[in-house]
Order: sequence, then structure tokens, then C-alpha cells
Amino acid sequence: MNFDPATFWQALTSQGFRDGAIIAIALTVVAQLTAVVIGLVVALMRGSGFRILRAIGWTYVWIFRAIPTLVQLLFVWNALPQLFPALIEGWFSPFLAAWLALSLNEGAYMAEIVRSGLLAVDEGQQLAARALGMTPRSVFRRVVLPQVMRVIIPPTANEFITMLKITSLASAISLQELLSYTQQSISISFRFAEYYAAAAIYYLVIVSVFMVFQALLERRFLWTSQRGESGRLSTTLRGLGAR
Amino acid sequence: MTDQPDHKLLLDPDLLGPAEVGPSATAPGSPGGSLLEAVDIRKRYGRNEVLRGVSFGVERGDVKAVLGPSGSGKSTMLRCLALLEPIDAGEVRLEGRTIGVRRAGARTVRLPERELAGQRSDIGMVFQRFNLFPHLTALGNVMLGLTEVRHRSKADASKIAGAMLERVGLGPRTNFYPSELSGGQQQRVAIARALVMNPKVMLFDEPTSALDPELVGEVLAVMEELAREGMTMVVVTHEIGFARKVADRVLMMDEGEIIEDGTPDEFFANPRHERTRRFLEAVH
Repeated sequence: MNFDPATFWQALTSQGFRDGAIIAIALTVVAQLTAVVIGLVVALMRGSGFRILRAIGWTYVWIFRAIPTLVQLLFVWNALPQLFPALIEGWFSPFLAAWLALSLNEGAYMAEIVRSGLLAVDEGQQLAARALGMTPRSVFRRVVLPQVMRVIIPPTANEFITMLKITSLASAISLQELLSYTQQSISISFRFAEYYAAAAIYYLVIVSVFMVFQALLERRFLWTSQRGESGRLSTTLRGLGAR
Repeated sequence: MTDQPDHKLLLDPDLLGPAEVGPSATAPGSPGGSLLEAVDIRKRYGRNEVLRGVSFGVERGDVKAVLGPSGSGKSTMLRCLALLEPIDAGEVRLEGRTIGVRRAGARTVRLPERELAGQRSDIGMVFQRFNLFPHLTALGNVMLGLTEVRHRSKADASKIAGAMLERVGLGPRTNFYPSELSGGQQQRVAIARALVMNPKVMLFDEPTSALDPELVGEVLAVMEELAREGMTMVVVTHEIGFARKVADRVLMMDEGEIIEDGTPDEFFANPRHERTRRFLEAVH
């Protein structure tokens, strides 16, 4: 077997990989958070009483789910500046382009996830809140949204992890994320196994950290007075198992 | 409950502010008129006419029990009174004032949701399926209306809610989530949640129908206590015993109409309507 541990270790601890990982994480977080907001808005549009809003929401999901992510990415990076010359300026970086493209794309998926969350809230909840005299805004913020959150955390965490991996597509628009750096290193050294293995380790570690956050977040939404009394992890696992 | 010397009232003015209800309250608005009044309410869902001109009044401090087969429009009627459903025709009056709508020339227009919200806060509603907020503790459920609608501080709301929960017998359960409470306990939290708003009238939509038989008593006991303290109540129920014992008037609804309205004695001993007689035989 031809595997050089020294090269692998050197790759793993290199500045380039660390920077690439930081860019990948940063892009994942901002794009996914933006997508959650887009998803919320689009899901509300799709549930709206106004026909036009429903149509816009439906069209959004249709378009951004149908077109491959890579095509959207290339379109935003290459075609948008052609259409809007203001984007040729230096401030329109690969990071901004990737952020825009991945948020718009992921927003369509999040819209469906949030919609399923909204449908999961029992209609008696809104009835009871309205009967108390709460305004529509207050009903949504205090009663509906917390319950939607609980339902959408597991699928959203899934999307988060998928998003991390999708950021590697941005290597196609010269964003210096993990995969870009890996490819460049390989083109110089021709050590495939070592560099791909190092990249894989980075993705594994980052996803593992995300999973810890997910577990902590789910624990916050357990809605039981027992939380925190027994060991942290076991409570979390019981919560996960019960679902 | 009332035998205890240190017994605390459910409708304690020290807790809820000046009494809106009860025999001691002086009646503002229409003297002698009903506190809550339905005037020829009509409501249809598509082709299905659910309410075909429902009229009745509830006097201040009175308890009105509403009986009737399922599908007769009882729940819809309560939701219309609580302004949760728009009505097609007729009026709902609270203290002589028409609520839920405003006049625009010759037409009446339903108020915007924001304004309806304010009027709803004076009408307490308890649901068959409790509808507690699962993400909030018992205390959180009772506090929410106080902080969100009455704009009380968290500290104030917590104090009032805690005291109210104690009075419905749930003092030791304030920090439990709904999923950790029995049906009877959940319904008592729901009653406390409505009561802390200091409503002028309480509407109950089959409050014990979703409960295991052994848990019905604890909920009815709280409602009885409320009635004794002078709360104005409309109770849709299948509990004949409660209607007989606690109600001042008993209504019978069938196919979207009120077909009988009498004192419990008249109603149960000598119903005027054949359909009432058949219904009473069926449920006994």
C-alpha cells in the first residue's frame, strides 16, 4: 500500500486546510440561516389566504428545486454579472455568489420543511391562543413558531449537514474552500489518498460538531420538566429515542 | 371546598383586579339586560346551515347549560359567541353592546383580527380537548395571556398565575408540562388560563367529554365553585347531572335551533318538546 502518513499529517495540519474548513463552515452557516428565513417566508406565502402570494411561493419552490444546484451556482457567479454589470465590481466575491446561490436553492427545500412544520401544529392551538385575545402576530410568535421549531429541527439539521457538503460545489467558482484546496494540493503533489483522506477527516469532524449542536437544540425542545435532572447525554439520547 | 376557613376564591378581586362579574358587581351598560346575548345568529358552512337563527341571553351570574345531540351546532354556537368564527347574520351582544362587528353605513363589517382580539379577551373559553400549549409549563400556559394580552410584567403574571393554579388545586404542578399532566389536570390548567384574564363570561365547550370518567369530577368541582362565586357561564355539556344541579337555565339545541329553554326543573321533569324528551331518554 502506498500511503504516506507524513504527507497525510502535514495536509491535516496545514494552514490551507484550516482556512478551507473555516470558509466551508462560514458559508454553511450563513447560507443555511438565510435559507431558513427564506423558507419561513415562502412557507407562509404558500399557506396565505391570498392567491397571488400562494402562486409566488409555489413558483419559487418549483424553480429553485428543479434546477441543479451547480447550475444555479454557475448562473449566479457567471451569468448575473453579465446581466447586471454592477456585479462585475470586485466586491462580488465567490463567497457572496455562493452564499446567494446556495441560500436561494436551499430556501426552496426549507420552505417545504417549514410548511410541514406549520401543518403539524394542531389547529386547536391557534384557536386557544386567539380565544385568549392574542393578536395574530403574538399567536404566531408565542404559540405557533415554537411548535414549528420542534418539528423542523431534525430535518433542518439534515439540511445543515447537506449544505456543508454542497459548499464543495463552490470550488467550481473558485471559492477557496476545503475541496478547492485539496484539489490544488493534489495537482502539485499527486498524492490523492492522503489529501482526500485529510479532507474527509475535516468533513467528519465538522459534521460531528453539528450533530452535537442538534442534540443540544433538540433537548431544549423536549418540553418536559425532567430535563437536566439526570445526566445530560442520557436525557438527550432518551429524547432522541422517543422520537 | 368552601368549608375550609382559609378557602380562597377563584374570582378573587385582589388577584384579578376589580370584579367584572358576580352578584356584587354593579351592572354597567344595559340595566336589567342580559350580560351575553345571541340575537338570531345564523351560520353556514357551504351548503350546510349549522345555525338557523339562534337567540338567547345569559343573565349576569347565571349558568346556562346547553344540551343537544352532536352535530346540532352547540360548539359552533360557542365559537361564534367567542368571536372565533364569523357569523353570517345576527348579533352577539356583551353587556348590551354589539361585538365582533362595526357599522359601515347600512352594512355591518367584521372587525379586523386585531380589534377582535381585544374583545375576545373579555370572554373566557375552555375547549373539549384542552388545547394547552405543549411547549409551555402549566405556569407558562396561564401566564401567556397576562403577558401578551394584558401586558403584565413577567413577575406579576407569574404571581397571579401561580396563585390561580393553586386555587384550582395544581399548586404542586406549576412547573409541569401539559404532557406530564392528567386530562383532568390539563383541563383545570385550561380553566385557570381563561380565568386569569378576568373574563366577563366563561364559555365551556364539552369540558369533560375528553376525560376518563374518574377525572370528570375534579373538573366539574372547579366549575361548580365558579358558578357559586357568581361567574356567568355557558356550558355545552353531556353531563346531565351538572346541568340539573348547577345550571339556572337549560337549553336544548337540535339541528341548529334552540328548541327548549327552561329551568332545570321544567326542562328535566316536563320537557315541552318531543325531541327533547327523546334526547333525555337516550342519554339517561
